[in-house]
Amino acid sequence: MSQKTAEKKAVARKDMTKMQWTLKEIKRNKVAYFMIAPYMLIFTCFTVLPVVLSMFMSLTDFNMLEMPNIVWLDNYIRLFLDDDIFLIAAKNTLIFAVIVGPVSYIMSFMVAWFINELSPKIRALVTLVFYAPSISGQVYLVWATLFSSDSYGWANAWLMKLGIITKEINFFQDAKYVMPLCIVVALWTSLGTSFLSFIAGLQGVDRALFEAGAVDGIKNRWQELWYIVLPSMRPQLMFGAVMAITSSFGFGGIVTALCGFPSVDYAAHTIMHHLDDYGSQRFEIGYSSTIAVILFAVMIGANMLVKKVLSKVGE
Amino acid sequence: MAKLRTRKHKVVLARSVGGDMGITVILFILGIFMFLPMYYTVIQSLKPLDELWMFPPRFYVTRPTGRNYTDLFTLMDTSVVPFTRYIFNTVFTSVTGTFGNLFFSSLAAYAMAKIAFPGGKTMFKLVRTSLMFHQTVTAVTSFILMSAFHIIDTYWAIIIPAWATSLGLYLMKQFMDTHVNDSVLESARLDGASELKTWWVIAMPMVKPAWLTLIIYSFQDLWNRGASIYIHSEDLKSFNYAIQQITAGGIKRAGASAAATVIMMMVPILVFVITQSNIIETMGSSGMKD
Repeated sequence: MSQKTAEKKAVARKDMTKMQWTLKEIKRNKVAYFMIAPYMLIFTCFTVLPVVLSMFMSLTDFNMLEMPNIVWLDNYIRLFLDDDIFLIAAKNTLIFAVIVGPVSYIMSFMVAWFINELSPKIRALVTLVFYAPSISGQVYLVWATLFSSDSYGWANAWLMKLGIITKEINFFQDAKYVMPLCIVVALWTSLGTSFLSFIAGLQGVDRALFEAGAVDGIKNRWQELWYIVLPSMRPQLMFGAVMAITSSFGFGGIVTALCGFPSVDYAAHTIMHHLDDYGSQRFEIGYSSTIAVILFAVMIGANMLVKKVLSKVGE
Repeated sequence: MAKLRTRKHKVVLARSVGGDMGITVILFILGIFMFLPMYYTVIQSLKPLDELWMFPPRFYVTRPTGRNYTDLFTLMDTSVVPFTRYIFNTVFTSVTGTFGNLFFSSLAAYAMAKIAFPGGKTMFKLVRTSLMFHQTVTAVTSFILMSAFHIIDTYWAIIIPAWATSLGLYLMKQFMDTHVNDSVLESARLDGASELKTWWVIAMPMVKPAWLTLIIYSFQDLWNRGASIYIHSEDLKSFNYAIQQITAGGIKRAGASAAATVIMMMVPILVFVITQSNIIETMGSSGMKD
């Protein structure tokens, strides 16, 4: 890219080569490099290097004790052919991501759109109500109280009082309920950054477009949404999608907090858990790096795919 | 056309009554779903013992009490490491992490947004791509790197990575692109101001909403940190971790743990209430162009 920028500007210059021009530009903008240096140094050490190191480690059998041997693709073969729990984890992660990702994305957008025409004061209040669960840290543990295994849990108490069940259900320890409950809790905490981005994007849609649309025969709000709102919000939709995908694939902490680790019968075991299991419990760094690389590739891949789809919106 | 523009847009647009009502109902139901668990936490923290044990549990409290909060402080007194230490750890890492992030991210964002230098765009693309994956994916290799840097089990393990977050730089750069006027910077440069001075004196005051956004994101992330694999000394652990230990005491601590949760959640919510309009303004330029 650096060369490309240089190329564009260097067209007019016949007196020096691209290389010379780039070097000159670097010298001229010395101060810019000083300004980005601290950030880029930390970013490289704690964001870029860990990824590169994971890729390298995934080809070894490193276990923190012995010198690592290069085993090439053995870890990948083991992961896909010999590890049944990984397949369960992959399936669960996919279910979480496919449900929580799109549902939270659409919910964020719909709520933002619905509240767009409210008066600013009410809109601020509603925004707070919807956004608060995602910033309140451990507050999702209240779901463990609401669905606790004894009759002091709100769900059990009412189900028993109404005579629907006779014995308490141990919601977070029963493979039947674990997944759906975790999905509900995940959705509850999911109106985060993308939600705020959508609210801002909707506020920024040019009012004149709506009026022009009305003149051009837009009949209802749905047509307005499709022909006016969505196309002018494409950048926010893109950003929101990245946020939604990243967090839905990285899902795991909530499950551990609610169901313990590992969850009953691995019913809510995700790739994040599998990674944690091999990385920080069994210290099989090589193998856990393989899991990390796969998850990393899936996250980036899903993002790219969704970006492609979103670029078609409103066309 | 000109006449139309002067009218309020609601008059012009077709809005069916049925649609308005449907939307209100959906919003109301979703709002209750979002609000009730938060409300229940607060109510639980105010219930006296006998109401906590009521069957079926109630969504209101008849005799509110501050007992759970005082119980919480009594419980805190019994911990091995003084509780103030946990609070100090969280406040210290949150504040230093947040301000470092604000400083380094906006410095880099300014250079990337306003100075054309070879490599700048590539680096920004790299940062933008890193938004697409969760840092926890690489927690294990980060651990190895941190032990190579000898910062495991120190405050630095939490603070330094927080100084350079992808979202921080991304939001700051996007906001500077749209809200800092190039011609103002140009005239400052012509007057002989250095880039550093232009950044600090001219650009930074123009992007106040973006700072506040960065502050709240960074702060709420650090504030909500629980147990970390990078920290094992008890006296360096976070407030949130200590709260989890209290909550883990089970049902007999239901009141105290609700009180603890309320204290934990109040801080980020208050910060958000104060800064909301600025955050929304910043998010207006958060969009990804390609």
